[in-house]
Amino acid sequence: MTFSKIAPGAGLRRALAMTPQEIIGLVSESGLKGRGGAGFPTDLKWKLAAGTQDELKYVVCNADEGEPGTFKDRFILSHFCDLMFDGMTIGARAIGAARGIIYLRGEYTYLRAYLEGRIAKRRTDNLLGRGILGTPGFDFEVEIRMGAGAYVCGEETALIESLEGQRGEPRNRPPFPVNTGFLGHPTIVNNVETFTWVPCIFAKGAKWFHDIGTEKSTGLKLFSISGDCTASGVYEFPMGITVRELLEEVGGTDAKAVQVGGASGRCVPASDFGHAIAFEDIPTGGSIIVIGRGRDMLDVAENFLEFFVDESCGQCTPCREGISKLLEGVRLLKAGRCSMHYLHELCSLGETIQLASKCGLGQSSPNAFLSIVENFKDEIMGRTNHEHTALKS
Amino acid sequence: MLESEREQLRADIERRVSDFGSNRSALIPVLQEVQLQYGHVSEYVMQVLADILHIHPVEVYGVASFYSFIGHRKKGRFVIRLCRTLSCEMQGKDRVARQLENDLGIPFGETTPDGNFTLEWANCLGMCDQGPALLVNERIYTRVTPQSVHDILEECRSAFGVYTLHEKALSCRLPTQDK
Repeated sequence: MTFSKIAPGAGLRRALAMTPQEIIGLVSESGLKGRGGAGFPTDLKWKLAAGTQDELKYVVCNADEGEPGTFKDRFILSHFCDLMFDGMTIGARAIGAARGIIYLRGEYTYLRAYLEGRIAKRRTDNLLGRGILGTPGFDFEVEIRMGAGAYVCGEETALIESLEGQRGEPRNRPPFPVNTGFLGHPTIVNNVETFTWVPCIFAKGAKWFHDIGTEKSTGLKLFSISGDCTASGVYEFPMGITVRELLEEVGGTDAKAVQVGGASGRCVPASDFGHAIAFEDIPTGGSIIVIGRGRDMLDVAENFLEFFVDESCGQCTPCREGISKLLEGVRLLKAGRCSMHYLHELCSLGETIQLASKCGLGQSSPNAFLSIVENFKDEIMGRTNHEHTALKS
Repeated sequence: MLESEREQLRADIERRVSDFGSNRSALIPVLQEVQLQYGHVSEYVMQVLADILHIHPVEVYGVASFYSFIGHRKKGRFVIRLCRTLSCEMQGKDRVARQLENDLGIPFGETTPDGNFTLEWANCLGMCDQGPALLVNERIYTRVTPQSVHDILEECRSAFGVYTLHEKALSCRLPTQDK
């Protein structure tokens, strides 16, 4: 794994010898895109925040890893958090921020004491605080704020709302956080993994990162792999790896489908295993759930829809009411009592939810349902109890 | 609640709010601390917070009720949250859930009559490669089996009377990594 070969501090030292413009230029050359799943170009986000004039700017690390099937950020936080802090510090230098916040999900409270310890150590080592590593005028402080069990707070504007002491309801964009973020100040919100790659890029060069992966999705990526495979865990693969290659690595070649991107991702059937995992093909934040032959696809759809019913913030009607309708639909399918006509209605409702919801959660909530309906009609229509038990055995 | 208790509680909350900078963004951290200390956020606490922060109590209620880790109803000393997401489901969370209900004698969403255990569902705990996973307060347990449910509950019970919610016995043990 690349992270274990990079000495903490090395990339940061190199970055601090550069001007903020040069830092953003190097990130731009590397082609790094947001590792949380949305794939927004990191350099562009930083450039916009750097270009906004304000006394106060913020660097926020999104450690609200809530996507079902994702645990790579937990892995980074427990093993490579110094690289992540390096990345945040480089980001602060690039945009001219003096304060950083780590938004750690409530479920990971057990990591907090460890992280606080690392932050204290960095202060004594002059990696945080005033005049970092002897750089005149560069002050940066980091604090940890805890989430309280809300998946939607992984969305950057909801996360900021939550930091401000509000309900975690996503905002309309624009204005974007790079202009009007935490308490109205320019704010960059990046994923834990994005920040962790930054010092690696500075240590090994932008060309190294750019040469890996595909043209539109450069570099390496951590994957959280679970489900029906022999070797689950955290893996590092280049972007653009096909689903089939990935399954060979983790011992899951017998799968009938793979859920890529968690609950908000899509369900890839075996016939599409030749597709690449990259922003231009099958995008992901790193969650891979392998679904074996013996699994019922309606169980999968039901599980994800229950998740969204629970986690929808309730702001937009299509998401709040629509997902419950889809869930009822899945239960009808399970009972073998859904007409093709009604299934079409449900799919069209799903498309409405995708179009009419404000945030990424709402827009992506019907994805798993729609891709399962599209690819597994054979399995889900006209169920009798008999078929259900046959699948289970 | 006695008048003196109320005054104490109010002073406690005032101190916490000023620790976090006496502005609106102190609201959630203070709610979290109150939840940890008292096991729930009462209406009185919400009113006090609203007074200090100069906002309407309904706003405080709106925030407190939004987050699943902050609750109006008093929870047990040990809050058990079992992950119900797909990876844990595939690894047998239903049987663990059944055994938890059997051993505690309560369904999910309830608290035992002695006020010791609350049983809840959680969404993905980020332990998908080591499921089924559950949290007891802040502590994570992985690869839970129906048999090991008993040991986990005993571990909690053995802490009764010695430790409170947030003290050492249940504070962090870093989860082990496979890779």
